[in-house]
Amino acid sequence: MAKVLMKGNEAIAEAAIQAGCRYFFGYPITPQNEIPAYMAKMLPKVGGCFIQAESEISAINMVYGAAGAGARVMTSSSSPGISLKQEGISYIVGAELPCLIVNIVRGGPGLGGIQPAQSDYFQAVKGGGHGDYHMVVLAPASIQEMVDLVMDGFDIADRYRNPVMVLGDGMLGQMMEPVEFKERDIVLPEKPWATTGNKDGEPRRIINSLFIDAQALEDHVHKLYRKYDEMKKNETRVECYNCENAEIIIVAYGTTARIAKNVIQMAAKEGINLGLIRPITLWPFPDDTIDRWAEADHTKAFLTLEMSMGQMVEDVRLSVNGKKPVYFYGRTGGMVPTPRAVLEEIKKIREVM
Amino acid sequence: MTKVFERPKALTDKPFHYCPGCTHGIIHCLVAEVIDELGIREKTIGVAPVGCAVFAYEYFNCDMHEAAHGRAPAVATGIKRVHPDNVVFTYQGDGDLASIGIAEIVHAANRGEKITTIFVNNAIYGMTGGQMAPTSLLGQVTTTSPYGRNPDTEGHPIRVSEMLATVEGAAFIERVSVHDIKNINRAKRAIKKAFQVQLEGKGFAMVEVLSTCPTNWGMTPVESLKWIEENMIPYYPLGIKKEVD
Repeated sequence: MAKVLMKGNEAIAEAAIQAGCRYFFGYPITPQNEIPAYMAKMLPKVGGCFIQAESEISAINMVYGAAGAGARVMTSSSSPGISLKQEGISYIVGAELPCLIVNIVRGGPGLGGIQPAQSDYFQAVKGGGHGDYHMVVLAPASIQEMVDLVMDGFDIADRYRNPVMVLGDGMLGQMMEPVEFKERDIVLPEKPWATTGNKDGEPRRIINSLFIDAQALEDHVHKLYRKYDEMKKNETRVECYNCENAEIIIVAYGTTARIAKNVIQMAAKEGINLGLIRPITLWPFPDDTIDRWAEADHTKAFLTLEMSMGQMVEDVRLSVNGKKPVYFYGRTGGMVPTPRAVLEEIKKIREVM
Repeated sequence: MTKVFERPKALTDKPFHYCPGCTHGIIHCLVAEVIDELGIREKTIGVAPVGCAVFAYEYFNCDMHEAAHGRAPAVATGIKRVHPDNVVFTYQGDGDLASIGIAEIVHAANRGEKITTIFVNNAIYGMTGGQMAPTSLLGQVTTTSPYGRNPDTEGHPIRVSEMLATVEGAAFIERVSVHDIKNINRAKRAIKKAFQVQLEGKGFAMVEVLSTCPTNWGMTPVESLKWIEENMIPYYPLGIKKEVD
């Protein structure tokens, strides 16, 4: 298919529809409003259903209902709205339901701002809602990758009966890039567990996350964690760029990973050899890859680059495990780091190395 | 020997966990009898609340969802939009529906969601041990209104049926009680109507059922039934609040 120029948010919505998503429940919040608007326009044309819910809380609970009823379903929001969805996300994980949740992150805390940020990393990968749980968190760095990951995200959700989050930011949501919607066979899996009505003589389907007996709940959580082990094995994605012979490796995802690539080019002109490790899945985190590069003799240090006060850097430090120093540079509140400022930071690190 | 009564097919054989004298069991039975009489068990999907009826998914013999506190109407909306030909009902208490879930019920009604809601109003939080509900009566003593509900500080009991009757999308709203046989029979007719309204695609339907909580009211079952009649019904008048032809 030919490439088309699309805004990130609209590309997410189109990708979801092409992936067979027919149900969208959302609530307005900047900077993701183009997603529900696109869904409101397009879903009725393909026999789907769009509802602007009365709140993010209702929207995620509509997702819970539709997912339990067997639909391929999604919601989207931005940081404060995603906070409101956390209770519902926890229930969806507990009841083992597949769905896609998109967070086009803006600055926080509180009402924060509407400019791009990466300060929801902890919320996305460490839980956010209550209880022992995880979900696969996909972090695209381009609009093409956003399209591809949205499509993959539905399949991953179905494979494990677990929600998947796409973690973008206001930059990726609002900018335009050429994208290609690759032809793919959409195979929606059978969902014998979904509520469709209980035929005489067949077992009832119950969508539930309540296990009042402590042993039963522990067994259930252990079952979820066996799935997470499978996800770690099968779903971890990472890009390594120019890491061979790099003296300092930048670790960054999404928008900041693009900035890092500019930094790497600028540094090369000054004879400084930098690399980039770009986690594409923030959970599961590519700790093995980071560990491998930490073992390499040429790697002298790591710099984690984020649009936050330093959240992913904790996972980088755990992965490096003291083998090499891990530095951090970040801007927050909607401020975007410039390649020049990052390069200056690199030079400071080289002085103390 | 003639069989004069049997368990409805729409109930499982799991014994209820409800306290002695609680009328949840009667209301469960009425809903199940209606599902049987309408022949809709195989296409009915229920949504259980958080509260005393949290285990409703173990009692209603149909496909069920257990919802977060107050969110049953949103969950039911998701189910019904995916399966418009199925029958979807929520079963909710007063804390669930009239407090934490008031936004969900108002907007589900306002969208005219073709679902049926059974709203069990016993003027107290039962499962958590007898806290004040939005529907607790003035002067009612609960663990969180130990000096009696004071309208100056706790507001007045909320009349949900009257409020929802003002909403355009609501097609049928009736308040009933289960404190005696005559009223139990009326309650069953109202519940049946609320499912028929959904089957006819008319819009949102709700039956508010005044119910007892002997344990947390601190009364015997018989005193509780009398308390409904003497204290709840004067404030929560029975009858059809809205009916769209």
